This record gives sequence, C-alpha cells and structure tokens, in this order.
Amino acid sequence: MNDEPILNNLKEHKNYDGLKPAKWVEEYADYLYNFAFKRLNDETMAQDLVQDTFLSALEKANLYRAESSERTWLTAILKNKIVDTYRKKANVLSGHIDIGSVEDEPEFFDPDLNNWKKEHWPAPFGVEDHDPLNNKEFMNVLQRCMVKLPSLWMAVFKLKHLDEEETGFICEKLRITSANYWVIIHRTKVNLRSCLQKNWI
Amino acid sequence: MKKELKTEEERIAYNCRKATLLIEKKQEIELSAREKMELQIHLAGCYICRVYEQQSVLINGMMRQLFKTQKDEVKLDDAFKEQLKQKIAAKLDKN
Repeated sequence: MNDEPILNNLKEHKNYDGLKPAKWVEEYADYLYNFAFKRLNDETMAQDLVQDTFLSALEKANLYRAESSERTWLTAILKNKIVDTYRKKANVLSGHIDIGSVEDEPEFFDPDLNNWKKEHWPAPFGVEDHDPLNNKEFMNVLQRCMVKLPSLWMAVFKLKHLDEEETGFICEKLRITSANYWVIIHRTKVNLRSCLQKNWI
Repeated sequence: MKKELKTEEERIAYNCRKATLLIEKKQEIELSAREKMELQIHLAGCYICRVYEQQSVLINGMMRQLFKTQKDEVKLDDAFKEQLKQKIAAKLDKN
C-alpha cells in the first residue's frame, strides 16, 4: 500500500483521517437521499435520514477505515438507519408483533379443507409467454397492487429483492421469527397474485 | 354436505394453503425430504397450484425489476443542503 495519502490526510484533518466532511453534502447528499427514498417512499423521512447519517458519521469518524470508500461507509450507516425506520414503522415491539394485513383481505383458502376457495382460484394471466417483465402496463398493475401492502411486508420484500439480504439477516434486523417471515412472504404473494388477476384479466 | 378428509394422502391433495407456502419456501431454501414429497404429490394433482407456482416465480422477478430499475429521481432542495452544510461545519468546529 502506498502510504503517501495517509500522510496527507493526517496533515489535513486530525480527527477525520481519510474523510472530507466539508464536501459530503456536495458529493453524497443527493445520492444518499435517492438511496433512502427508494427504500422508504417518503421524502421527509428520507431527508431526515440523510441528515442523521452525516451527523452520526461525524460522531463515529474514528471508526472509519480507509479500506472502504467514503460513500460506501456513509451508505452503510444510512442502511442501518433505514432498517431502524422499517422496524419503527411496523411497530414491532419486543415480544409483541403485529404483522399487519391488507384492508378487506379475503380468506383465500377453505378453513377446513385448506384448498383454494373457488372464487379465488388462480387463473393464467395470459402474459406468461409474452415477455411479461417488459410489459409496462402489466408491471404498473403490480406496482399499484404493492401500494396496499402493510409497511412491514414491503420492508421484507425491499430487503429481500432490492438489497438481496439473507432470510436470517432480515429476521434479525426486523425482529421477526422465521415463522413470521414465511407467513409474511406467503400472504404477500397470495395477495399480490390475486390483485394482479383482479386488475389485469 | 362438506367433504371429510380421511387419509393423509387426501389431506395433502387438498391442502393448497400448505402447498403454496412450500412453493414460497422452495424458492429460497431447501425443503425437507418430507416437504418435497408432499409438494410433489400435491402438484401432481392440482392444476391451480401449478399456475400459482409459475405466477409466484414471475412476481418475484417483477418485484426485483421494479425495485432495481427505480431511477434516481429526487433531489434535495438547495436550502436544505445549505442548512446541512452549516450543521456539519458547526459540528466540525466543536471538535
């Protein structure tokens, strides 16, 4: 490793080795804001988290190691704050968890036999063989269906599909059991599938 | 009159609730030998759960695509940025 930059930084900032906090807003504020907005869909919350991220980064500047870039480090701090927000929004208190439900959620399965109720039978969408991922209208229907999901369910799916986190990590961070996790995955998918069918076919 | 399920095979064949849960699990983790067998038996006789499986996989792909193709579309306003710079500067001064 070349030790020249380290020497330079020592001269520049006594307490912020390798970090240039005076440039953070210019360089990273919009990036971090978009990162948070994509995960929370809430401008005010995203804005607050950007501020919190910078301020807590200053407090733990001594923990920064030059192996990661400034941006990676700041993003990691923000990620933790986003997960905290997911948890708060879902109202997950220790020992008590309300995994939430969709408004007017029907019972899809027969309570005794556990088979699909006839009115909820899945039927083919008719787009399966026609490159559905590039079907804009079809994708829009799904997007509208997702808006109705409880925030904890969305949090699970954002962590799973956007951040590609492992099941164990998601359960630990959101403080849910793996049984709860599977209930959430299952109910989300059954709901979304039904919503797609209702609004597409 | 409601049907009564008498044998284990019948219970598996009817249990779409369990089969769809296993379909979700299967996409993420390895099912136990027993779960694999149950799902196989169920799907062999249940066309609608086969449709469900195909659509469930599709929806996962759609969600991944929707999340990952979100554009960087928001910008902080300048006044907020200015305040933020001042807060950072104030904190730097203190240290």
